[in-house]
Amino acid sequence: MKRLIMAAALLASAAPLAAEIHTIAPGEGSAERLQEALILAAPGDEVVLEAGRFVLTDGLSLDVEGVTVRGAGPALSILDFTAQAGAGEGLLVTSDNVTLRDFAVENPKGDGIKSKGADNIVYHRIRVTWTGGPKAENGAYGIYPVESTGVLVSHSEVSGASDAGIYVGQSSKITVRNSIATDNVAGIEIENSRDAIVTQNYVTRNTGGILVFDLPGLPVMGGGNVLITNNLVAGNNTPNFAPPGNIVAGVPRGTGIMVMANEQVWIEDNVVQDNPTAPFMVVAYTQQFDDARYNPFAREVVIADNVVDAGATDPDLPGGAMLLAAFGGTLPPIMWDGLQQDADTPALLTIPGNPGWSLNLSRQGQSLAEAQPGPLDVPAYGQPWMMDGIGAPAELEARLK
Amino acid sequence: MRRGLGLLAVACATLGAALSHAGVTQAPAVNDAVILEEGFARALSEYGFFANGAQQLPGAGVTPYALNTPLWSDGAEKLRFIYLPQGTQLVADADGLLQFPVGAAIIKTFAFGEGKARRLIETRLLLHRKDGWTALPYRWNAEQTEATLALAGGRIDLTTPAGEAISYAIPNKNQCKACHSKDGVVIPIGPKARNLSAEWLGQMAKRGVLDTVPAGADSLPDWRNHATGPAAPLARAYLDVNCAHCHQPGGGASNSGLDLRWEQDDPHAIGIMKRPVAAGRGAGGHEFSILPGAPDQSILLYRMDSAEPGIAMPEIGKSSVDREGGAVVRRWILEMQQ
Repeated sequence: MKRLIMAAALLASAAPLAAEIHTIAPGEGSAERLQEALILAAPGDEVVLEAGRFVLTDGLSLDVEGVTVRGAGPALSILDFTAQAGAGEGLLVTSDNVTLRDFAVENPKGDGIKSKGADNIVYHRIRVTWTGGPKAENGAYGIYPVESTGVLVSHSEVSGASDAGIYVGQSSKITVRNSIATDNVAGIEIENSRDAIVTQNYVTRNTGGILVFDLPGLPVMGGGNVLITNNLVAGNNTPNFAPPGNIVAGVPRGTGIMVMANEQVWIEDNVVQDNPTAPFMVVAYTQQFDDARYNPFAREVVIADNVVDAGATDPDLPGGAMLLAAFGGTLPPIMWDGLQQDADTPALLTIPGNPGWSLNLSRQGQSLAEAQPGPLDVPAYGQPWMMDGIGAPAELEARLK
Repeated sequence: MRRGLGLLAVACATLGAALSHAGVTQAPAVNDAVILEEGFARALSEYGFFANGAQQLPGAGVTPYALNTPLWSDGAEKLRFIYLPQGTQLVADADGLLQFPVGAAIIKTFAFGEGKARRLIETRLLLHRKDGWTALPYRWNAEQTEATLALAGGRIDLTTPAGEAISYAIPNKNQCKACHSKDGVVIPIGPKARNLSAEWLGQMAKRGVLDTVPAGADSLPDWRNHATGPAAPLARAYLDVNCAHCHQPGGGASNSGLDLRWEQDDPHAIGIMKRPVAAGRGAGGHEFSILPGAPDQSILLYRMDSAEPGIAMPEIGKSSVDREGGAVVRRWILEMQQ
């Protein structure tokens, strides 16, 4: 009886052996060779994608811990899903300690790369592109880690996502840095997640630039402890092309940095320019919900010192023209819905002289039509709170050295 | 060299051995070692599950079974078997789940075509090893003499019983796990006591290969009555069997918050007035998974009624639309009070 011996079993007793490298060239049979390598890889192995275009008709998946998938570069090794006929994403990762680097995913029918329950994952120099530009038929998320502890996204680029380009959901210990998000509905979105750093990203030509959301009815809720610093959030003015029904379909064209629900979000040292609805928007969850565990309010969102223009000159809001007239042609940079949990728990704090305006809504879920716009009057913030220990674990950064 | 043997080399080496199995009609003993050992047998015949593979005649210790409400897979005919090693039995646990002994196997063959035109496409195995369950797909050859390991899955053009020409997808090993997984561990999902007939369970108990017929057995409705039976139990059974392996806590789609298990009784959890989370264009412009009384405004049915990747649910295991399943779910949503 001839048997195929599973490599992982051999490895278990021979751990010191060097990791094996499985090199996959594009061309005839590459889809099968690649998927087979992803299945047979042992922990510690590297699956190398040579330069070229890999034509794929089915989604790929990786379920082995500690594997690195490495291409020749995001412009050179391309997983092309234009002809995809099955699966909900291009690549699905369900194992821990995986590193994805130096390759691209193009035109997946659903999400680009999804990693679910995959702790300590690194996305480095990954590109996900829908090559036809912004279209409602494009997949939802480009880079999509969810239900994971330890996420690092660096030097990556996503464009064309009909929901969020870089989306981190129901996760913790997250860093998204030095990445580019363009031509998506949401550039970067941190949702129902905690302990996240979003820094040094270039976010442009999206409907909304950077979103920090917390939504009800999900297994993981209570988003917070998010630091948004040193990002360039400019020219996010693409008409919203999200399929209706999705939460981001409600994001107005021209939103810079938006926080919905969440506690303790610190926004500082960003350059926020040419986002003509609102450079900054802080709101409670806008819809009805039935979930006793959920807090719909923004709590302690701090908008500190940022480089920001005079404000919004073409707001995608009901009654926008009247608003502009009322505020003398420009809405000041900070927009708040006026809702907070209680008097002791301010939704928003800022520095004196940071101008803004409030919708002055009086209850969660209230229609914008009932807004009574007026100048912003919120407390000044005190000392920054402790943010030690947030962001991706150091071990993930060390993998890139 | 740690892993010198390429799959192809093994394939060539096993070809002779595999062919020698073809045409064997006398019931051989199942090879327990092949089930239990590390590694993956290259050919289905190595296990010895069938007295005659092409005719799907089970060997000794291999018992056919059927489900009250089955998983739909492009209309494939399914031939299901369980294998229990000599002297072992199934044990019904408190939840009515059947616990399989180590060394057991669950075997499911997918076929299309009636009578002499029937073609076996693939056989999927779940092997219960000492360290847990392993899921493996085997693809039948054109001659129908052997099925060989298809770790990376594959596609085959065929016509469904509904007359649709499709590219049928054989799942890869990881995709097997995508459905057969809870909290990252591979588990069987089909043979639950509630979805097995009391008659079959009774026979198994009588033979001594099942310790007892558990409470709650045979409670899922018989899908053969789908056109005329009460909509609610049929729809809930259908969603349990076709969707809940992912859509439950710990399942592959847990992050959606949608829980379609038979036992779930929270209306929001099963999708009623539940807004989408990560549906993308799968939402189809609708606001709720289920809008009572309005099947055409319900995301759940919109996705069931699509075969387009990125929209279609389930995401894997279907290349066409189950019109009968959709009709039952439509009937159920229509009946709901608005």
